[in-house]
Amino acid sequence: MAAPSLAPPRLLPSGDAAITVEFGRIIDELANHRVLALDRALAEDPIEGVTETVPTYRSLLVHYDPVRIGFEELAERLSALARLPVASAAPARRWRIPVAYGGEHGIDLEDVATALNMTPDDIVTRHVGRDYRVAMIGFTPGWSYLSGLDSSLQMPRLQSPRLLTPSGTISIGGLQAGIQCLAGPSGWRLLGRTAVRTYQLHRDPVFLLEPGDAITFYAIDGKQFAEQDRAAARGEWVAQLVTS
Amino acid sequence: MSKLVVTAVGPVTSVQDGGRYGAQRYGLTPSGAVDRLALATGNCLVGNPPFTAAIEIGPFGTSFTVREGKVRVALTGAARSAEASRRPVSFNRSCTLGDGDSLTLGAARDGTFSYLAIEGGVNGEPMFGSLAVHARAGLGSPFPRPLQAGDVLDVEAATTGAEHGIELPGQDDGPIRIVMGPQDDEFGEATELFLGSEWKISATSDRMGYRLEGPIIEHLHGHNIVSDGTVNGSIQIPGNGQPIVLMPDRGTSGGYPKIATVMTADLGRFAQIPVGRGFRFKAVTVAEAQTEARAMADLLRTLPDRVREARNTDINDALRNANIAGTAVNAFDSGTWQT
Repeated sequence: MAAPSLAPPRLLPSGDAAITVEFGRIIDELANHRVLALDRALAEDPIEGVTETVPTYRSLLVHYDPVRIGFEELAERLSALARLPVASAAPARRWRIPVAYGGEHGIDLEDVATALNMTPDDIVTRHVGRDYRVAMIGFTPGWSYLSGLDSSLQMPRLQSPRLLTPSGTISIGGLQAGIQCLAGPSGWRLLGRTAVRTYQLHRDPVFLLEPGDAITFYAIDGKQFAEQDRAAARGEWVAQLVTS
Repeated sequence: MSKLVVTAVGPVTSVQDGGRYGAQRYGLTPSGAVDRLALATGNCLVGNPPFTAAIEIGPFGTSFTVREGKVRVALTGAARSAEASRRPVSFNRSCTLGDGDSLTLGAARDGTFSYLAIEGGVNGEPMFGSLAVHARAGLGSPFPRPLQAGDVLDVEAATTGAEHGIELPGQDDGPIRIVMGPQDDEFGEATELFLGSEWKISATSDRMGYRLEGPIIEHLHGHNIVSDGTVNGSIQIPGNGQPIVLMPDRGTSGGYPKIATVMTADLGRFAQIPVGRGFRFKAVTVAEAQTEARAMADLLRTLPDRVREARNTDINDALRNANIAGTAVNAFDSGTWQT
């Protein structure tokens, strides 16, 4: 049985072809854990008419075809699935991801260190020293939102987001850490850059990371970054899959 | 094999089809045509499956030239002047363009996006089962970007010179129907203002999102929520209180509260509201929206049964088809019609 303290999720219509199954309204490990558990349950035992699911920090968005299943029936079945006990939190896979910190690769590292009364090395040590989980992937292809950031690294987002930040940016925003794949706008603080491409066409797989994967970072220098970037361009993963 | 050469084009004109699904969990948005009924209508008129890739033409003038053979095409969606080598071309009707013919389209007069469907579709390499252009993700074929003057598209040669028309039910021009939520509880009394006001689509809109102009919709608890998933038609309220309706190139998740969602059957009609024209929203229940979604699915499924052979010279037929299509009432440019 599920622990009695677990509140049932809220089932909110997102139009006539999707339901938001909301487990919480704040960033919370348990809520994310329940999101991923429901996502797995639906993958293992699909409901006819459900077309795809999108896990996020605190909710699972379930897209469906209203010709094949109606809101009431689907909401009932999702409620029942969400009441099932949540299996162990062991991550499916572990990745080691190389990061070139600071300088041109992480233009905010010095400022973050100054603001937090630390040295840039302290920041790097605290950033690499954590076990992260991919809480969700969203916004643009491969943008991976991680939970598990050292709370001493918490910084508000920039007042005014940058319109263009590089591909492979490793950044932090509030209590979140991120791996950005494509170049694009961001209001987060840029600590470094990885050559790992979480999204790359014509590579197997196109998307490297899955929600629920475990991530650790390790520091590399600019020369290694340049080498790895060339390898990644050839279709190599660069990230290491750690078999446990 | 024939070729369709883009000789003049404005922004936001691109190859679009039914979209790519199944990778929203990795941040990949579906893309695809903003007006699925118009896409499907055009494809059925040239004998294609309904969601075959076609050219989605933005609000500005565009022209094409046919090379190396004949192509059979159909124009649907937003009405605009259309002529092929000085002959008028009607909307919602297939026709054959000869080698060397130029198809010249004016700016959209009633609506925003028109579709040029081509017998046999557009040749390209699908990714995730779709040719739809999504420039940010580097996706789309034959070009992973909107069309530019000089682009050459490989298309099938016309297999017949037959012309077809289609009978479509009259289109509703009432308010855009929405299902409240998932975060309507972030708004309180502002919900009444949202539902009771006239809105206009801003000229800064694009295929990611249509920005609306109207009264400021205030949040009860600020404009940041923890990101959750989005759908086509999600109505986000950002910090400035001016709604953004998310379109097929949207981000797959977003951190602004979503007051409501445009119902599926009204998405195409909403997408075609011209910039600056006032419109209103009307809240319906999920059950009502699903009844309409099923009716729209039925219409899409039965489109091929509605296609009728049309005689080349039957002007009345063409006019009737244009009128039945609702948005295509002004499909003929009065100037070209009289030449």
